[in-house]
Amino acid sequence: MSDATVPVQDATESRTRHVLRTTFASWPAKLSLVVLTLALACAIAPSLIAPRDAFLQDLSLRLLPPAWEPRGQALYWLGTDQLGRDTVARIIHGARITLLVSVLAVVVSAVIGIAAGLAAGFYRGLTDAIILRLIDMQLAFPLILLVIAVVAVVGPSLTNLVIVMGLSGWPRFARIVRGSVLTVRHLEFVDAARAIGASQFRMMAHHILPNIMSAIIVYASFEVARMILLEATLSFLGLGVQPPTPTWGGMISEGRRYVNQSWTVAIAPGIAIAAVILAFNILGDALRDALDPQLEDRT
Amino acid sequence: MMKASTQHEHMSAAGRDLDEAEVLRVENLAAHLHTGGGVVRAVDGVSFSLRKGETLCIVGESGCGKSMTALAILGLLPRPAGRIVSGRVVLAGVGDLAMLSAEAMRKVRGRSISMVFQEPMTSLNPVFRIGWQISEAILMHEAIGREAARARAIAMLELVGIPSPETRYDAYPHQLSGGMRQRVMIAIALACQPQVMLADEPTTALDVTIQAQILRLMNRLKTETGSSLLLITHDLGVVAQMATRVCVMYAGVIVEEADVGALFARPLHPYTRGLLAAIPTSRSGGARGKLSTIAGMVPNLARLEPGCRFAARCPDVHDRCRMAEPPLAAPEGAGEGGRGVRCWLHLSAGPVAPALEAAP
Repeated sequence: MSDATVPVQDATESRTRHVLRTTFASWPAKLSLVVLTLALACAIAPSLIAPRDAFLQDLSLRLLPPAWEPRGQALYWLGTDQLGRDTVARIIHGARITLLVSVLAVVVSAVIGIAAGLAAGFYRGLTDAIILRLIDMQLAFPLILLVIAVVAVVGPSLTNLVIVMGLSGWPRFARIVRGSVLTVRHLEFVDAARAIGASQFRMMAHHILPNIMSAIIVYASFEVARMILLEATLSFLGLGVQPPTPTWGGMISEGRRYVNQSWTVAIAPGIAIAAVILAFNILGDALRDALDPQLEDRT
Repeated sequence: MMKASTQHEHMSAAGRDLDEAEVLRVENLAAHLHTGGGVVRAVDGVSFSLRKGETLCIVGESGCGKSMTALAILGLLPRPAGRIVSGRVVLAGVGDLAMLSAEAMRKVRGRSISMVFQEPMTSLNPVFRIGWQISEAILMHEAIGREAARARAIAMLELVGIPSPETRYDAYPHQLSGGMRQRVMIAIALACQPQVMLADEPTTALDVTIQAQILRLMNRLKTETGSSLLLITHDLGVVAQMATRVCVMYAGVIVEEADVGALFARPLHPYTRGLLAAIPTSRSGGARGKLSTIAGMVPNLARLEPGCRFAARCPDVHDRCRMAEPPLAAPEGAGEGGRGVRCWLHLSAGPVAPALEAAP
């Protein structure tokens, strides 16, 4: 009956390990990890991985079909584009910009969204009402139109793209965070922190935020996938990163005109986008399951 | 720092009207909750005083305003619904807590007055180690280093009777049982050696053997640290074990106030008598007999009828009770020190007796 008999285990270890182990337990999750690792490697060191220079043009080799087709050349596995640039090399180089833009955009929207969501959920009242109306306003405004307007004014640079995409994502983040804050802020440890004199900032930063982090991490993983798609859409519309910098969306956009002569130019980057988004979504799902204590099988 | 010190001087001036031995005096405190169903007068003119080293128990059934009194004292009423509408909460060396700014109140909480909550299972932040949480409480109020705070936290863990405190410092809340967590909560509450510790039903969520351990612990710590305890409970067993003085609350007001011995020996208010009669004893019938109850419910505090708040449930009700609310006053022929009761039965039979407090 003594209340002093519960053994102390090393819990950080077990918690982190447990989450990682559960996340990567299934084979789709393992495959996703491989895909993302590959994409990340391409993004970090494209020149090391790419078989040749992605910017090298050779008009005598334009619009080659993939290597396994009769007219294909063995060294150009996925053929070439309209300027004779190697598609494989361009996809590998494209990973860098695509992932960079998407991840940075998620960071921007997470920072704004977490701050807004925390404030809305914690202070409630007028602050909450104002932030919710801002969210509604932004979600009601067509995103593409917004981007066209912004790009028309400030020009399509990488920084501008990241900022615009980031701004497009914060309302959803804010909503998720606000909802999580509402469930956590009434738990007794928040009141207890208040009762020992914690400041409002401290309560938000130390007592609420860490407890909603899992929801944020999971949502961020989905959001990266959405941002990749958004970047592809914007590049496709010519509003994204400008040529000759290769991005996956831009490649589809340029390649679609030549899809009759060489289908791989447009399809191959499309497959890359699909694979990475799928990988992010599968990992996001697995991560959510691993972080959700109610789905945990251990006691 | 300058600001703090000037504020402190101002505060101690306000705190001067406390007796030497008093650490906390609540005067005519009223707190209202503005809800969709109207204004709930959750605390409706409560006065009491807590002396150094004393344990004051506030006892009453659910919804009688005990917890709201505690939250009002700490300035933790639910916002924006709750508000202190009148009264003073004078803490020795600090002043009237009801008048403090939010920032000044924040500095008082945890340092001069702290609170232990009912539910130990959820009162600790699940994502941080317990040692960190105790250190945090110390670091928030004192300018000492991390290492010193850690040492203090370990000492606190030892003080509240947690075995191998060095190891437990790094434990997470989920690794501890309810009783252990409540000990940690007490360690946090006492980390800065406050003058007053509020405990809102600190043992209700624990099983009976652990309850006894925690109560003994709180008694011991009160003696060792010299702080005073304001204990809120619905359990008269806890009152008998812990209290020096008792305030019985009903429907937002104190209906009876007495030293613990006097209260149990000669309860005056019909509500107190009902509560005491409802305690199951070995004589009260065992398997065959029914437990005594007080018929009816606590009245809706948003729509109070005139007259005594207990009239609808009182076995001794008479006409006068329905006409006017009795004041909290010393009962007739009271020689007993500081006894008060809010009942016409015990007040002089003449016309409405002069009230001790401002009559509503």
